[in-house]
Amino acid sequence: MGKSVLVIEDEPNISEAIGFILSRDGWRVATHANGVDAVEAVQARKPDLVILDVMLPGRSGYDILRDLRADAATGALPVLILTARGQARERRLASEAGASHFMTKPFSNAEVLEAVNALIGA
Amino acid sequence: MRPPRGPVFLERRSYRRRRLIDAARLLPLLGVLLLGVPMLWPQGPEQGVPASRAILYIFGIWAGLALASALLVRRLPDEALEAYDAGVGDLPADAPNRRPLRSDEKAG
Amino acid sequence: MVSLNVLTAVCICYGAFLFLIAFAAERAGRQGRSGWLKAPMVYTLSLSVYCTAWTFYGAVGYAARSGLEYLTIYIGPSLVMIGWVVGLRKILRIGRSQRVTSVADLISSRFGKSNLLAVAVTLIAVVGTTPYIALQLQSVTQSFAIFAAPEGPGAVADTQSLALWVAAGLAAFTVLFGTRNLDANERHHGVVIAIAVEAVVKLCALLAVGIFTVWGIGGGLEETLARIDAHAALGQWQMDNGRWSGLIFLSAAALLCLPRMFQVLVVENEDERHLRTASWAFPAYMIAMSLFVMPIAVAGLTLLPEGSNPDMFVLTLPLSEGQSGLAVFSFIGGFSSATSMVIVAAIALSTMVSNHIVMPIWLKMQPGQGAMVSGDVRHVVISARRVSIIGVLFLGYLYYRLSGGGTALAAIGLISFSGVAQFLVPMLGGIFWRGATRVGALAGLATGFAVWLWCLFLPSFGDGVVLSQAVLAEGPLGFGWLRPQALFGISGLDPLVHGVLWSILLNALVFTLGSLLSFPSPMERLQGAQFVNVFQHSGTPRSWSGGTAQSEDLLIMAQRLLGAREAQALFQDEAGRQGVKGVLPEPSADFLLRLERELSGSVGAATAHAMVSQIVGRAAVSVEDLLAVADETAQIMEYSSQLEAKSAELVRTARQLRQANETLTQISHQKDAFLSQISHELRTPMTSIRAFSEILRDTPEMTAAQKARYGGIIHDEALRLTRLLDDLLDLSVLENGQVQLALAPVRLSEVLERAIDATRSDGAEMVIHRDRIAEGALVETDADRLTQVFINLIANARKYCDAPRPELRIAVSAEGAAWRIDFIDNGSGVPRDQQAVIFEKFARVGEQKAGGAGLGLAICREILARLGGSIAYLPGQGGAAFRVSVPRRSAKAAR
Repeated sequence: MGKSVLVIEDEPNISEAIGFILSRDGWRVATHANGVDAVEAVQARKPDLVILDVMLPGRSGYDILRDLRADAATGALPVLILTARGQARERRLASEAGASHFMTKPFSNAEVLEAVNALIGA
Repeated sequence: MRPPRGPVFLERRSYRRRRLIDAARLLPLLGVLLLGVPMLWPQGPEQGVPASRAILYIFGIWAGLALASALLVRRLPDEALEAYDAGVGDLPADAPNRRPLRSDEKAG
Repeated sequence: MVSLNVLTAVCICYGAFLFLIAFAAERAGRQGRSGWLKAPMVYTLSLSVYCTAWTFYGAVGYAARSGLEYLTIYIGPSLVMIGWVVGLRKILRIGRSQRVTSVADLISSRFGKSNLLAVAVTLIAVVGTTPYIALQLQSVTQSFAIFAAPEGPGAVADTQSLALWVAAGLAAFTVLFGTRNLDANERHHGVVIAIAVEAVVKLCALLAVGIFTVWGIGGGLEETLARIDAHAALGQWQMDNGRWSGLIFLSAAALLCLPRMFQVLVVENEDERHLRTASWAFPAYMIAMSLFVMPIAVAGLTLLPEGSNPDMFVLTLPLSEGQSGLAVFSFIGGFSSATSMVIVAAIALSTMVSNHIVMPIWLKMQPGQGAMVSGDVRHVVISARRVSIIGVLFLGYLYYRLSGGGTALAAIGLISFSGVAQFLVPMLGGIFWRGATRVGALAGLATGFAVWLWCLFLPSFGDGVVLSQAVLAEGPLGFGWLRPQALFGISGLDPLVHGVLWSILLNALVFTLGSLLSFPSPMERLQGAQFVNVFQHSGTPRSWSGGTAQSEDLLIMAQRLLGAREAQALFQDEAGRQGVKGVLPEPSADFLLRLERELSGSVGAATAHAMVSQIVGRAAVSVEDLLAVADETAQIMEYSSQLEAKSAELVRTARQLRQANETLTQISHQKDAFLSQISHELRTPMTSIRAFSEILRDTPEMTAAQKARYGGIIHDEALRLTRLLDDLLDLSVLENGQVQLALAPVRLSEVLERAIDATRSDGAEMVIHRDRIAEGALVETDADRLTQVFINLIANARKYCDAPRPELRIAVSAEGAAWRIDFIDNGSGVPRDQQAVIFEKFARVGEQKAGGAGLGLAICREILARLGGSIAYLPGQGGAAFRVSVPRRSAKAAR
């Protein structure tokens, strides 16, 4: 039985690329494109892993992450944060919010695969 | 309460102007009096004043009033009137003139 | 003998001539060539609207019946004019500083902007003026009948319907030239010029008949005077002294109170100094008008057959001597007098009726919204005026038909005068006595009006028509002291003098008592001080202190009343004066007052005050204002106003500092954000490019379709990256001023066309409304750069307009040496807190990603700065609205 991932990213091209890479690696991939109901989407799909972009329409990725961490059901869920802003400040914000891993755009595909597999301990 | 604003004694020209304004204000009163005179004339078909004399008198006074008004207006600059009405005494030479509003200015 | 057809043709030609003159004057006024329109002589001549057909024809009749008594009608106004320094000057100043639109407005404004009072004055004015208009119609038909008499009775019957035609023609003229501009303080150039021309015509006509009488048939001055003396009835001075003094008083009052006189004296006045010329020229005009009346009357009485109507001597005398040309000229003179009176009276009354009766009712009927009504209120006001004009003229016609046009009508002139003379009490009381109150004014007016109705108006219909013989002789229900012509048992007076005496006396008495016994509202006290001391502080009454008012709401309201252009200019000007950025000024007390005054020029003081107070959310006057009123002496008033100005100044400075600080913080924040933004904007497309190129590299087993698709994505993202870099470079070039402009004349329509074509492909379908005619304007600019700006604005509208049916209106208008191009969509617009930052780099409304990098408006702003123009967000337009302004000729072109 494959592992499932939810990609929360509003740039369709980026989520398509991630989807392609992960599904070739045997993941079941779902995508979600806005921030407002992202938490509900996670709760409904119960994925093994979440890939979360920071700049989302409607709601910041950090806010979503905080909500996920506050909820017992998703408190331990591995979350990979993606951001297009590369400063150190962003990294700090991400870890404060409870990110499992932090990655800056643009990323290499191999890097992504490595990171997600490391996160679910496969 | 009110401190005196202008000098107590006005210069001669200002004094003249203020008396001219007084004259302008009294002119209609004079008109009323003079045009009221016909009410004292004897009446009636026999001893009454002839109509031609009445006409000459009334029109004469009337034209005289218009003429007096024209003369007064020519000798009364607006600034003097403004100052008089504003109750500021007369304007010192360097004071900014209060002007009446003209059409190209907005009121207020 | 002149046939009726010729006469009709003369009338029509003369009417057409007036239309032409009025039209030419309006044009000249619009094109700024109105210098000669504003000559003091034109003002003086327009005042001659005082001389109506009743004086043109009637004066001779009057003289034939009562000798020199007719002179009183001309002497009274002359005296008022000669005494301009005392009264008129003050009324004029008040009228201008308070932007008064009518007598009703003046009185209501003085007594706390009370609309009830305005309505009362309006009603009295309508009742007093209607018979007078009827009188004018009658004189025209009567004069027609004189010419028609030889053609048999059928022709005379025709003249009855003539009255209707005349009324309709005058209504058309008045509607056309009297409601062209809404603001009554924007004067009616066309009407005034037409009236001035008519003044010359009627004077010349009367003088011509007079000269003909004295030197043509009378044999010279000496003989004419001798003939007057020889006349049995008129040869000696014979005068009821009561009437002589009473009528001089009455006609003097009429000059101030008649709505039409107020219109030409105060409302249409261009410059207070014109009064100086009028002070002698108007009496001179009056002298000229009355000079030949007596000779004509005596000649008519001696030469014409017994029983001829003396009211028509001016016509019949030349006719009987075979001078039909002179008779026609004289006819035109009479026609002029009638038409000018009706036109001005209709304008004056319609302003009052629409401002004080129609508009308040209409505003009340707008459910729950009050001043914030939807739609263009200007349109409603203008319609109200037009309907009122037609209504007033129709009323006059109706009165004429119902009264049968008999002699009863001829007697109404003085009764009309005495009706409106009731305004004299609140008017003079209001401007000379601070203690006068609204209650006093209302009670006084009501009393005076009632007495006038009872003693003068109702009996004027003739014995037994409205009031029975018995009532006249013994009083109502046997109360002898209430006899209409002998109130309180004082009989023996001339009925007219009796009526005037009692109505004015009781009016003044009740006015004074009412004022002494009642307590004025703060607004009344403010206005009272303002009116009585108008010369001391032509400044402003402090009736508003800003606070909660929303400038944007005020702008929306003002736009509907003054028109978008004027309102925006006003707000902009005020914002500039306050030193505030943008279009919206602080709602300071001064500004609210200024706005209210501007509005009152359109809808009257009471309505304007009500509208502003609805938005400001406070109808009452603040504690500060009360304090200001309590400070009785001018010094303290001035001192406190200085203090207030200073504290207002402080508040404003503080606000400016706060604003500057906010901007600085924002800018430094933006600088950080700028780098972070560039990073984000560049990294996003790069992520896709990198990811997909790796996929293409690492995945050998791909279908051709997949390869093509991923290749396409890479290509698109690369383009996006290029575009972003282009924009950034563009902006940096623009900001550093290194840009090369290719300036050439181009039509705005071409630029817009190109921009609309370029944006057609992206975004939702959108209806674009354009103004092809205004777009024909030529502008000397860099067409490519301007196109770039327009593309940005149109593309933004396509992207962000969230209306179900998006529409974009592109309006072009002139502003001095620049063209303004407004882009207004019907979406929800830019939220107020964002309006200040949308022109900054990377500022996008909300977190939406609509494909742009947020540089578009920043680039637009820079381009326009280079082109010598500007771009701004226009609040309060319903949707998002941007105003681009480009100079017609680029100043940079010279460099």
